[in-house]
Amino acid sequence: MITIQGLNKTFHVAKRNAGVGQAFKSLFRREYTAVEALQDISFSIRPGEIVGYIGPNGAGKSTTIKVMSGILVPDSGTCSIMGYTPWKDRTQYVKNIGVVFGQRSQLWWDVPVLDSFELLRDIYKVPEREYRDNLELLTETLELKEIIQMPVRQLSLGQRMRCEIAASLLHSPSLLFLDEPTIGLDAVSKIAVRRFIRTINEEKGVTVILTTHDMNDIEALAQRIILIGKGRLLFDGGIDRIRSRFGTHKTLTVVYRHHAQPLKVPGAELLSWSPERAVWRIDTASLNISEVLLQLSGRVELLDVEIESQPIEEMIVQLYKEHQI
Amino acid sequence: MVLFWKYVAILFKSQMQYRTSFWLLTLGQFLVPFSAFAGLYFMFERFGQIRGWAFDEVALCFAVIHMAFAVSECFARGFDSFSTLVAGGDFDRLLVRPRGTIVQVLGSKFEFSRIGRLVQSTLVLAWAVSRLSAEWSVLKALVLVLMIVSGVFIFSGIFMLAATMCFWTIQGLEIANIFTDGGREMAQYPLNIYKKWVTRFFTFVIPFGCVNYIPLLYILDKGNGNGLMSLLSPLAGIAFIIPCLLVWRLGVRHYRSTGS
Repeated sequence: MITIQGLNKTFHVAKRNAGVGQAFKSLFRREYTAVEALQDISFSIRPGEIVGYIGPNGAGKSTTIKVMSGILVPDSGTCSIMGYTPWKDRTQYVKNIGVVFGQRSQLWWDVPVLDSFELLRDIYKVPEREYRDNLELLTETLELKEIIQMPVRQLSLGQRMRCEIAASLLHSPSLLFLDEPTIGLDAVSKIAVRRFIRTINEEKGVTVILTTHDMNDIEALAQRIILIGKGRLLFDGGIDRIRSRFGTHKTLTVVYRHHAQPLKVPGAELLSWSPERAVWRIDTASLNISEVLLQLSGRVELLDVEIESQPIEEMIVQLYKEHQI
Repeated sequence: MVLFWKYVAILFKSQMQYRTSFWLLTLGQFLVPFSAFAGLYFMFERFGQIRGWAFDEVALCFAVIHMAFAVSECFARGFDSFSTLVAGGDFDRLLVRPRGTIVQVLGSKFEFSRIGRLVQSTLVLAWAVSRLSAEWSVLKALVLVLMIVSGVFIFSGIFMLAATMCFWTIQGLEIANIFTDGGREMAQYPLNIYKKWVTRFFTFVIPFGCVNYIPLLYILDKGNGNGLMSLLSPLAGIAFIIPCLLVWRLGVRHYRSTGS
């Protein structure tokens, strides 16, 4: 569906130094610094995949999305999406994609949501029949019935985001770009948005590319992660690959009957301790959890035991650290 | 074109959410040009005429330019306020839609309150036409309509050029006002009252002369302007839009390669 080969993009950003004198000087002569936003990015995505495209701020995520959605022209490299080169066949190509920018609205602020939808229908030249069907499906699955007649300015952020997503799917695109779709949403809306993304992926086979800083989005949706940092592709693979690499650390929480001294377990890192409760961090590659429990049960009377995997969030932080980004 | 009116319809609905503000703005737009017109009136009261132009004749010129300006501010407002579209990043949104950029920018804003200005200048036009002694013909009426249409294209072209500058810099757009507001102020008088270089600039660079001076000579039976020439000159004004469109495309291309 998507094949990207050796994308490069360099921006020339005007350098600004502090001070009035410098600002005045920059009026006449500007110095530019070259920022390499993308360096030799290659990957390919199959139809029906949900891919989490992640990286810290300024890593080049939105530059890649802009190239893939036909907004930006790269300096070099090729990109073929559904047989189109996005920046060359822009108007033909964008009929097949939907884009949601989480921080910017595509709806008309002062009119009912439905009016925006109808204008989008005309912009995309969606046949009436197809529009009706899509609208019905979207209204039902995103629960828009009550809000569709309200002006956008009166909607809550969660309601608005549901409408934004619906708006980007009215023309039945087969590829959907979601740029931080859950930013600023409450827990209930986040879960609703995630569930919906999964539904359209499974039922309509829409390929989804998702950028987000919320690792729970990734965990709930993406089978695959592409990590980018300082313009370079650093990791491309399944979530389970990250898990098996970084997921060997477990957190062990034990509640026991009163015990005055701190409990030492060789090889395990004691994170917190009280006479009733202790928490360790254990690397399962070097230390077996059942052995630890066996050891402990000989020393104290265990009341409760809890073993947790490291959250994906922390694994990503480790991945960032490893690549020094 | 159908799409443009759909845009206008949704913008009209939006505007109607703020009715009071709409009526006040429209009233304001109706009254503002009166002060300019009053200035014109008192000047002629004092001097009688300027370089052989009588008050009614200049009033006609005034009305044509102001009508053209009002119409282009209505329709091409999207280009006039384009800097907000670029600065807010909403231009990216336009680029991911399967339509041309121009219709989408035009459709991004429509200044309904300028209808007030349009009504005012229509009144002045009707008044000037009724007082002129020149003999009217179908051809002259056609030339008059063409003058207005041509003016709309010129103003829109300037808005477009100013908008294109936004792709390079958001600051310093005031310079464009020299040509829009400035051009309007200049062109409301027949161009031959100015110094030669001014006349030349506004004939060959920004062809306001094609909209007011040359066809006006014909309508008022002044000088040796013949019908054909006067009919063609507003067309030259319309042609002004072509280089503007090319520059616009250049700007969009620049934007898409720099993303700023």
